[in-house]
Amino acid sequence: MSPGAVPIAIIAGIVGLGSGIGFWAGRKRPLNLEEWVVAGRGLGLVLVWLLTAGELFTVFSLLGLSGWIYSRGGPTLYILAYTTLAQVVGFFLLPAIWEHGRAHGIQTQPDFFVQRYGSPLLGAFVALAGVFFLILYLQLQLTGLGIIVQAASFERIGRAPAMLAAAALVAAFVFTSGVRGVAWVSVLKDFLLVAAVFVIGLSLPYIHFGGIGPMFAAVAGAKPGHLTMPGATANLGHSWYVSTVLLTSLSFTWPHIFGSAFTAKSGDTLRWNAVIMPFYVIPLMLIIFVGCAAILVVPHLANGDLALLMVVRRTFPPWILGVVGGAGALTAMVPAAIQILTASTLLAKNLCRPVFSPAMTDQQVARLARIAVVAITAIALVLAMNSSATLVGLLLMAYAGVGQFFPGIVLGLYSERVTAAGIFTGMAAGFSLVAFLILTHRDPFHGISAGFVALVVNFALVAAVSFLG
Amino acid sequence: MSWWDRATPVVLGLPFNFFWLLAWILCTPAVMSLAYWLEKRR
Repeated sequence: MSPGAVPIAIIAGIVGLGSGIGFWAGRKRPLNLEEWVVAGRGLGLVLVWLLTAGELFTVFSLLGLSGWIYSRGGPTLYILAYTTLAQVVGFFLLPAIWEHGRAHGIQTQPDFFVQRYGSPLLGAFVALAGVFFLILYLQLQLTGLGIIVQAASFERIGRAPAMLAAAALVAAFVFTSGVRGVAWVSVLKDFLLVAAVFVIGLSLPYIHFGGIGPMFAAVAGAKPGHLTMPGATANLGHSWYVSTVLLTSLSFTWPHIFGSAFTAKSGDTLRWNAVIMPFYVIPLMLIIFVGCAAILVVPHLANGDLALLMVVRRTFPPWILGVVGGAGALTAMVPAAIQILTASTLLAKNLCRPVFSPAMTDQQVARLARIAVVAITAIALVLAMNSSATLVGLLLMAYAGVGQFFPGIVLGLYSERVTAAGIFTGMAAGFSLVAFLILTHRDPFHGISAGFVALVVNFALVAAVSFLG
Repeated sequence: MSWWDRATPVVLGLPFNFFWLLAWILCTPAVMSLAYWLEKRR
């Protein structure tokens, strides 16, 4: 028997069980748009917590976080800081968005722009940009999933068949069960992931170094300066850290996170959710421990994203690799499901309907959205199979992009005077600047993250066009 | 930031910057609970 047989069997079992839960949760539910997209606005604290934790804790948190501490060091702390700060931002803004959504029957982020600024074209623009960013994020989840299966099978199974099988499963349970199905799969995913992370995060330092303190001492001794900023990087220093944390703490501007606010039963559900969510950052710290252990246990990996899987593979019996891999696979599939669902809804409801066929009924939109599930999944799959960029580079570009929705949302809620023209001008300039700075390798720009620079320009243009125009 | 982004002193086995950040993260729910309570009282 090949060494990869046990872990792959366990991963397949966990993924099968998770998908089964997804199908089960959607049975006997009406197939209308309101149920599919926002679960009839009826989820309580536990399911909302699991759903938003599912969005927060992606495969990037597992492989990318351990990979960053492994290959870059100190700058990795930004991920813990922004994840926490994002909850503070959400505490104040998400209940207001929820109230607005219920009052006006809003289901998606572009719906908000259409309703607030009275412009379906602005909504279509927001939808187009949102679908683009979501596909980037989605292909990142699929790439991560491919890495997991490849490493857990001891390179016997390639990335492509693994990504294909998982993407088909995700598309199928999104298709039948909608957002409620995703929330229920998160129950299994969170339980397994937190258990796996606690076991490996606490035991690895003891097995290899005799404790957490001795491990950090060994890393500091072998690589002085690695655990502070800029670590092993040339230019990720303190001004980069502050600007990146501020920008990425606006992560609720992701269309799928914005949209999941509408699944809550009440604004208070969202407030409590934000209060307890920082506890979820503790598992992230444990993943950093795993990455630190990998620095000395499995040095010289060509791809830092492999650090967590390789140190687990080196240290533990195959069945633990299987459980970690299975939890990791679900950690890719849950966010992927939410992203597919959101992108297809944006495509059908906010892009196709206003542009091509304004007379469509909600029922027809729901049907079109289900077809779009297949299309979006296929596009992301093709991108993931042909992608050569590393996980984090893409995420940073997409994060810098979604941050540009912020002025339109926050000024839309709290200012009477901003106009559709102002919001459009600011957003278009913000997107262009992000693409220019990142594609021409000018990020960070004079030490400041590109997305933050773009956001400042974005705000200035919104104010200039709205108030002077 | 230069004040807290350093490896020493080691607190609870963690480099100082790790400890500092973790301490703030654990304080956040308490501060937000307080904010929640104050907002409810209004």
